[in-house]
Amino acid sequence: MYQYDQYDQAMVDARVAEFRDQVERRLAGDITEDQFKPLRLKNGLYLQLHAYMLRVAIPYGTLSSRQMRMLGDIADKYDRGYGHFTTRQNIQYNWIKLQDAPDILADLASVEMHAIQTSGNCIRNTTSDQFAGAAADELVDPRPYAELLRQWSTFHPEFDYLPRKFKIAIIGSETDRAAMKLHDIGIQLVQNDAGEIGCKFYVGGGMGRTPMIAPVIGDFVPPLQMISYLEACLRVYNRYGRRDNKYKARIKILVHEIGADEYRRQVEEEFAHILTLGLEPPAAELERIKGFFEQPGFDANASDELDLSDPDFALWVDQNVHAHKQPGYAIVNISLKPVGGIPGDATADQIRLMADLALEHSFDELRVTHAQNIVLPHVKKADLYGLWQKLDEAGLASANLDLIGDIIACPGLDYCSLANARSIPVAQKISERFADLGRQRELGELKLKISGCINACGHHHAGHIGILGVDRKGVENYQLLLGGCEGADTSLGTITGPGFNEDGIVDAVEKATDVYLAQRADGERFVDTFRRIGMAPFKEAIYAKEAVNG
Amino acid sequence: MKVITGSDLRTGDVIWWTGEGWSRHVNDAVEAGEHAEAIIARENAKQIVTDTQVIEATRTDEGVRPAHIKDRIRALGPTVRLDLSLKPADPDAGTWVI
Repeated sequence: MYQYDQYDQAMVDARVAEFRDQVERRLAGDITEDQFKPLRLKNGLYLQLHAYMLRVAIPYGTLSSRQMRMLGDIADKYDRGYGHFTTRQNIQYNWIKLQDAPDILADLASVEMHAIQTSGNCIRNTTSDQFAGAAADELVDPRPYAELLRQWSTFHPEFDYLPRKFKIAIIGSETDRAAMKLHDIGIQLVQNDAGEIGCKFYVGGGMGRTPMIAPVIGDFVPPLQMISYLEACLRVYNRYGRRDNKYKARIKILVHEIGADEYRRQVEEEFAHILTLGLEPPAAELERIKGFFEQPGFDANASDELDLSDPDFALWVDQNVHAHKQPGYAIVNISLKPVGGIPGDATADQIRLMADLALEHSFDELRVTHAQNIVLPHVKKADLYGLWQKLDEAGLASANLDLIGDIIACPGLDYCSLANARSIPVAQKISERFADLGRQRELGELKLKISGCINACGHHHAGHIGILGVDRKGVENYQLLLGGCEGADTSLGTITGPGFNEDGIVDAVEKATDVYLAQRADGERFVDTFRRIGMAPFKEAIYAKEAVNG
Repeated sequence: MKVITGSDLRTGDVIWWTGEGWSRHVNDAVEAGEHAEAIIARENAKQIVTDTQVIEATRTDEGVRPAHIKDRIRALGPTVRLDLSLKPADPDAGTWVI
């Protein structure tokens, strides 16, 4: 893992001291809320429905056990004993006191973490593949490039006041596990016919009010020019992005309105200019960063044998354990989605346990996934059974990865001041309706995603089944979307029709799954069947019975 | 009725204007009347409360019930973690149905 140098640490420490002074002045009444609000937001501190909420950046979703343990300790010391892992690979605390915020940031800084740029119209925390450095299908480890992005984007003066927030994802595998095409910029590390590595740039994707799939803007940018190409992409956006209308201010609107070809032309023009300035980071710096991400000391003699005689363990291995590039090792997915639980929530004890298990079994590494789960990336297969037993004791062994029980849900109206409807109770009811693991496995891969408002933090546009909570004259109402997908075959969900109340949406989801089971062909996922047969059979089943029931 | 709500500057706790000060309990909220904006301006100036606003509510047999679900959830706490709401200490808090 990357470790701060003296510049990183000095910057973060200075920010803590600065914010401590700002908080003191606010509490003393020396500055008003209007003056203070942009300052606290720059440090990830929001005021939500019940309290202040602190969003902590987890760079490209990667944590050491020391950092993870600190996240658990903060949950106990300053919050109410739990944290919420988010769809942007971060963690949020829901019950923060303003007077404690500087101490929390100081604690985070002591383990090389912060909450900088987790809010505001700036470049947010870069996200990446949770299997980076471990996946069997990986072409290039994206983490050194993600770290380069972190250093470039942190406190970048030119991009501190963009028209809107800006999210970047980077992957190094053919399989897209980071929803890359639904980001402002998605970068895929690819290989050309000559065997050279390059960056493929997807620009102008996003979810929210106006969901769009990013078109390819740069086919093959040399890795050492990645930063310059990003500068060009951002500079064109910064110059022409709509600052007059918040709802049209994201880069996706600019790319859509002027067209991908014209946007590309302007980027290429700017890129050519930037190249003449010689501002690329030196190759030696990328090599220095790569040194922090070298392969851990794998046991070359580790066995691939697994005793699967315990049926519950065998189920968990089949569902939650992923192939590793190193023989004798595996990638473990810890689901934070127990039946009836709150997606993404983990208690302080669970967080510390996962830290301990990472130290003991995964070369001191953990990852947070955008699906609100945790990954132990490098586990020796021989250790899997003992690991599973410890997870099971702690309520962390739900064998439902990528099944209908593995629901993504934003905090919704239970916590979020922007939300229009609650997300979590809907997730809990669906989770309970489909509690039977056999039934979940019969349905196969089925990604269900719930957002409590149009901002789409719950990624409802990209769910095979998506749910959007809306406000209908003060009453919660839920729209159903079908056919969304992330990854190589990214697509956006389509609304089925009129919305439902909280119980009705659970019934509608079940009816949609019934149609799938009745109509699927061999090997088809839910989304594949939807693409083949279209909306009509689903709509008929969902709404016909509604009419009968009155 | 119109009541005034806000957040405690230091803690972020949801608070309600009682006519004399601020309470964490929605049942203590009083009709703000025609002086609501003046009260908000005066209280904001004290720098102990933030995010103040006037909201619609009704006084029912179960207590003061905010009109909008968002404000009812603010008054009660997260509906999915009632153990974290005011209820453990005050069983009568928010007995109306969300």
